[in-house]
Amino acid sequence: MKFAPFDYVCTRSLAEVYDLIEARGPDARILAGGQSLLTTLALRLSEPSVLLDIGGLQELRFIEERNGAIHVGALTRHCELETSPLIAARLPLIAQAMPHVAHAAIRNRGTIGGSLSLADPAAELPACMLALDAAIVLASRDGERRVRAEAFFKGLYHTDVRPGELLVRVEITPLEKEWRFHFAEFSRRRGDYAMVGLAAAARGPGPLPEELRLAFLGCGDRPVRAREAERVASGSASAPRAERYSALRRALEKDLEPQSDPNASSETRMHLAAVLADRAIEALSG
Amino acid sequence: MNDSMAARPAPLVTVTMTVNGRSVTRSVEPRTHLIDFLRNELDLTGSHLGCEHGVCGACTVRVDGDIVRGCLVLAVQLEGARVETIEGISASGEITDLQEAFVRRNALQCGYCTPGMLMCAAEFLRTRPSADREAIRDFISGNYCRCTGYHAIVDAIAETVEARRSAKGRGGHR
Repeated sequence: MKFAPFDYVCTRSLAEVYDLIEARGPDARILAGGQSLLTTLALRLSEPSVLLDIGGLQELRFIEERNGAIHVGALTRHCELETSPLIAARLPLIAQAMPHVAHAAIRNRGTIGGSLSLADPAAELPACMLALDAAIVLASRDGERRVRAEAFFKGLYHTDVRPGELLVRVEITPLEKEWRFHFAEFSRRRGDYAMVGLAAAARGPGPLPEELRLAFLGCGDRPVRAREAERVASGSASAPRAERYSALRRALEKDLEPQSDPNASSETRMHLAAVLADRAIEALSG
Repeated sequence: MNDSMAARPAPLVTVTMTVNGRSVTRSVEPRTHLIDFLRNELDLTGSHLGCEHGVCGACTVRVDGDIVRGCLVLAVQLEGARVETIEGISASGEITDLQEAFVRRNALQCGYCTPGMLMCAAEFLRTRPSADREAIRDFISGNYCRCTGYHAIVDAIAETVEARRSAKGRGGHR
């Protein structure tokens, strides 16, 4: 459907963005790549009075290494993450996840800042941020503050961004060499939002992971670290598959609160989560 | 939420972009997406609107060399951008072989999805040509066709990949 009318400002600087957020209030929305925002406008789920286009702020579009951490500017597009040699080398979990994000035509415009700010619980990047313990950097006229991913995602489409703030970049310190990564998801069709997905990381030179991180998407109102399953998994990596599935399933019942929707019941989601966890442990065991 | 505000038409914004090699300037409502801009302002009606919320791919066009969903881009975001539509890449001859393969293979019935499908297939041919049917299906998964069942579309794209590959092997232009 056609968008409801709105005003449009093509912003030229971050200072101008902060001024406009203040002047136009909560009815103003930030327009980055627009791949989620314009969809919600087309469905008339929201009718902002003005869109503040930050798409031209080149200073927010970069992928670089600073003091051992990888910094990714908010306007970095999904296609740039997908093809970046630095991401492939230092943050392979993100490189693995990107092909699962929608379709090429959407990855060509969608941005990491937009995806994280929207905080769709079924999106891939928020779960990756959780698994990698990323710092989300929020800027306002008063300066910057860093929020760890786990504290940033607060609920359904709800983040820690405060009035007057803009997500400007993420900072991720790559895990050491002995960490390995695995991303997988189940979706009805290629490119659809996943019913359930898992961003996993495991440490350990031996056959069994000594430390495990399991960050699920599509299993609640936000991306979730499954800490009980992580604990159980370390002890059950060598167990027979059927036993391991049961142990993981019991643990995940404590960790996750998947909802039912027309794509999958909560029961199905719980099953798929246990299958993904089991497969991840298999893939991440030496 | 203020109904009187929402009903008020927003001030027009002037935008200049290059469409199929021609510079165009228009003053449009900010809410005009690229497909309405192309169809209503420029009479380029090859780009189609299906779902109009980013799902079906019928509106696929190129912006600055990469395919995008035209219904998820505002015209006013494209100041200085280079837009290519099905009219442009048909006239340039870039996809003549692909279009001929679509006809030969009956890769269209009603034709509504075809311009978007061709834009998407052209991107596949340009960036990651492979005759692997799974790779083709994967890449065109964001473009819906409600007639063909896709088999013939995959045939046409695979055939074009092969034809270009063997033409290259013989020292042809493609």
